[in-house]
Amino acid sequence: MTTTTNAPPPMPATTSGAHARALPRRVATAVGAQNTSLIGALIVVVGTFAWLDDGYLTTANMTVIGDTVAVTGLLAVVQTVVIICGALDISVGSQAGIASVVSAMAFTSTDGNAALGILAAIGVGIAAGVVNGVVIVYGRVNPVIATLATLAAYKGVAQLLAGGRAQGYVLGDDFFIFVARGKILGLSVQIWTLFVVAVAVHILLKYTDIGRNIYAIGGNDTAARLAGININKYLVAVYALAGVVAAIAGVILTARTGSGQPTSGSEGLELKAITAAALGGCALKGGKGGIGGTLLAVFLLGALENGLNVVGVNSFWQNVAQGALLVVAVVIQQRRNGERAVGLPT
Amino acid sequence: MALSPTPAPPPASDPVLELRGINKSFGAVHVLRDVDLSVYEGQVTALVGDNGAGKSTLVKCIGGIHTADSGEYFFDGAPVTVNSPRDASDLGVEIVYQDLALCDNLDIVQNMFLGRERRRGWVLDEDSMEQIAEETLAGLSVRTVTSIRQRVSSLSGGQRQTVAIAKAVLWNSKVVVLDEPTAALGVSQTAQVLELVRRLADNGLAVVLISHNMNDVFAVADRIAVLYLGRTAAQVSTSEITHSQIVELITSGQTEALGPGAGRNGVNR
Ligand SMILES: Nc1ncnc2c1ncn2[C@@H]1O[C@H](COP(=O)(O)OP(=O)(O)OP(=O)(O)O)[C@@H](O)[C@H]1O
Ligand SMILES: [Mg+2]
Repeated sequence: MTTTTNAPPPMPATTSGAHARALPRRVATAVGAQNTSLIGALIVVVGTFAWLDDGYLTTANMTVIGDTVAVTGLLAVVQTVVIICGALDISVGSQAGIASVVSAMAFTSTDGNAALGILAAIGVGIAAGVVNGVVIVYGRVNPVIATLATLAAYKGVAQLLAGGRAQGYVLGDDFFIFVARGKILGLSVQIWTLFVVAVAVHILLKYTDIGRNIYAIGGNDTAARLAGININKYLVAVYALAGVVAAIAGVILTARTGSGQPTSGSEGLELKAITAAALGGCALKGGKGGIGGTLLAVFLLGALENGLNVVGVNSFWQNVAQGALLVVAVVIQQRRNGERAVGLPT
Repeated sequence: MALSPTPAPPPASDPVLELRGINKSFGAVHVLRDVDLSVYEGQVTALVGDNGAGKSTLVKCIGGIHTADSGEYFFDGAPVTVNSPRDASDLGVEIVYQDLALCDNLDIVQNMFLGRERRRGWVLDEDSMEQIAEETLAGLSVRTVTSIRQRVSSLSGGQRQTVAIAKAVLWNSKVVVLDEPTAALGVSQTAQVLELVRRLADNGLAVVLISHNMNDVFAVADRIAVLYLGRTAAQVSTSEITHSQIVELITSGQTEALGPGAGRNGVNR
């Protein structure tokens, strides 16, 4: 073969040597601009409230923040996985509600067997998640619509099961007491639970082929399917994972309040979870995001909410603030991604 | 552009991939009618035809996206069934589709190994994937990519095409099909991609190249297959046919010099 005049210009750097640069670059991308700004925001929020109120930066208040953050954080972590797939799960709060009721009822009806209570809750979580996944994948329903429907339906199921009121009493049991009040190395069991789940999901996303495929599905589902990835199986599994983690959150709610709660404590958690994921750097169209950013956002939201309570801001205003924050988070996201305006060609 | 090693050698061996009598309908639309296609190792077979002639549909049948309604698919002389993209890649048949099928949110290495990641135990083996990707690109003399850890979204059209092609040849593939790889490219990037296409064949692969540009076709192809309204109008060696005869075949399905018999087996081989 003869190449005439059109030989490609020699590029200065070729692909060789990329190995040597790989590690520092990975560390650099691991922190990233997104997370740096979240850390900055966290410092500003904590600093402001500490200055406004002496009670804010106490150990007791930090524990309160930690425990509220645990449940939201669990849901935000799985929400991150769902969003990376290019989907959404609005029903996580309701799933936590069902799991809370079921865990308490199973505990009571087995004469105080905590393990069975938890197993029952997780079983219900898996079932709820699989139903979501199957409706979306095989019913070809938009994920927002499907989980909006199950948000209502699962809440109804939880209320029916519980007869509209709190169920059972679990705080006679050592295990539930341990979940509610236990500490390991100075940190509450609830925070440890979040930490363990977050690390596990992070490893799954970043270091396994399963995680790589999840990013691929969110990035370009056609390419993923052509690469032989079984998208249907993945989506159902991801929703099942969301169900399991929501169930763990439900068990924590049960332990914290001492009984199975159909709605109190779990209602509205989906908004917080989605806001945290978006604020943490997840692109709602999928393919982008990570656990680190989401966790930082969860702590930021927790610190903010608690601070507003401490300085006595009306909870109605807090709702407004929360909704506004989601919009702001998504706007920042879209701008950062260079998302085009509606109708402009790419 | 003097890319072609003319005169094209007559195929020395049997075709590595051969389709016989392929039919494919979508509802009432009969898109492919008794299509034949032979593809040889070490050769670029151009697949040409007007818009809607059925080229992409034929490629999807080869790649297992569509299953043909009837007809035979031979690989290395043996009849095979290809019902999914996985079946095709298991045979060593890789397709680079018109829209490339790359994940913009992933980097070059991640795209090249998509769906077939290497692992060490449970964990992704990034280093070995990076190394193999690097070697593959180097083996194709690709010099336009600065970092293989670059996101695909940041690449130019020609670079994206290059990545898609490199991804296809990574798997010890025997047949690589490229659907209009130069359609959206400028002059110099087109030349680079064509050069790469030629190099694939020179490395011993069987390459199928779909293109509307006859200059490109004559620059790199050893053989030309013409589809006309879903039928095989001709399969000829590039050296046996002229530019205007091909254009005639594309637009009317036949050409004087070759006679009307060229359709099925006429000038084959
Ligand atoms: N999934 C489908 N359903 C119905 N008709 C289809 C489908 N896919 C292709 N066709 C029809 O088959 C015919 C051939 O299409 P195909 O895409 O194979 O053409 P092509 O030769 O690749 O054209 P081009 O050069 O424009 O890419 C067209 O008439 C098209 O409308
Ligand atoms: Mg086409």
